[in-house]
Amino acid sequence: MHVPSKCRVCREPAIIDLPRHNANFCAEHFLELCRRQVTKAIEQWKLLDHDDRILVAVSGGKDSLAVWDLLIELGYRADGLYVGLGIGDYSDVSADHARAFARSRDLHLIEISLRGEYGYDIPTAAKATRRVPCSACGLSKRHLFDKAAIDRGYTALVTGHNLDDEAAVLLGNTLRWEIDYLARQLPLLPARDGFPKKVKPLVRLTERETAAWCVVRGIDYLVDECPMAVGNKHLHHKATLNAIEAESPGSKASFYLNFVERMAPLLAGRLADDREALGTCAECGAPTSGEVCAFCRLVTVASAHERVPVELVTRGRR
Amino acid sequence: MQVHLRNPTRVIEVSGRRKVHALLVELGLNRESHLVIRNGTLVPGDGELDADDVIEIRPVISGGA
Ligand code: SF4
Ligand SMILES: [Zn+2]
Ligand SMILES: [Zn+2]
Repeated sequence: MHVPSKCRVCREPAIIDLPRHNANFCAEHFLELCRRQVTKAIEQWKLLDHDDRILVAVSGGKDSLAVWDLLIELGYRADGLYVGLGIGDYSDVSADHARAFARSRDLHLIEISLRGEYGYDIPTAAKATRRVPCSACGLSKRHLFDKAAIDRGYTALVTGHNLDDEAAVLLGNTLRWEIDYLARQLPLLPARDGFPKKVKPLVRLTERETAAWCVVRGIDYLVDECPMAVGNKHLHHKATLNAIEAESPGSKASFYLNFVERMAPLLAGRLADDREALGTCAECGAPTSGEVCAFCRLVTVASAHERVPVELVTRGRR
Repeated sequence: MQVHLRNPTRVIEVSGRRKVHALLVELGLNRESHLVIRNGTLVPGDGELDADDVIEIRPVISGGA
């Protein structure tokens, strides 16, 4: 007869196997492990303290809802910010998930619409700039998250980047030896002129763990992927790392966490160098090395372009 | 058992009992990038799936910057 696996802590039936911890856990002790990993990250890198006014970048996906949920559970004060990217149905549905979560826990969610406030959306920006959608999207989100945090007096901007995200970006940057990007790939970027403190409390949890957190907690996140992500390099890097992880559990964690501990300190000088060079954007006042910042240049080009439906952009990428 | 999959969304029929691990291997899915859910509850790798179960295999990998 089949004997189901047992929780490492309490010997009750397990609900999840975590090969990198070489153990199985019941629901209660799995949640406990997630809280511990997040607390450890916060303490280890001094990410947050309880006085921080936190703004969480919320997409409606598993990571951003999990990090918001975890921070509230751990006793932090945190509001959410959702940016409407105008990516067809995906954006409509993701907004519903973000709002429903906020409502269910009585949390404050700020919303910004790219189309409504800046006159463009991501599919149009991709066509207008002839770059991959994620490039215009990442630029827009970074700018608007930073700006909202600064303008509204938040002391920390939190994102839901998990271990898989960070390990995949690290792999990409390492394959090209992008030293300046590597120097910035840290769980904490301190505040500096015009930029809020930026924090990634989930980097000690894998994607499978953040998704499992949501399932166990009954968080109804948007499971479907952004249609723009199909076939992008980031996903290939994740698949590559997961193939390594399957052979040798714990590889992703040691790749990223040892980078932060052993390699990042050697690159700290590069981070200091690029700090000196910034002025302010002539149009919006954001920090930039040019006269007009990349976001304002994007707005100019994208808002002048005729509207492009999401299908036109995704079809070209399949 | 009835297995619900995504990307693309589809339902397949698998006959007989299986361990979660065995099913993932059979379908060519990496266990590091999927969760198996039955009646809203996670099932661990060595959990046994019955012939009349309805299960969801949920990918957990998100793309993008
Ligand atoms: S996958 Fe790319 S386009 Fe879609 S939300 Fe993420 S960064 Fe934006
Ligand atoms: Zn337990
Ligand atoms: Zn600007």
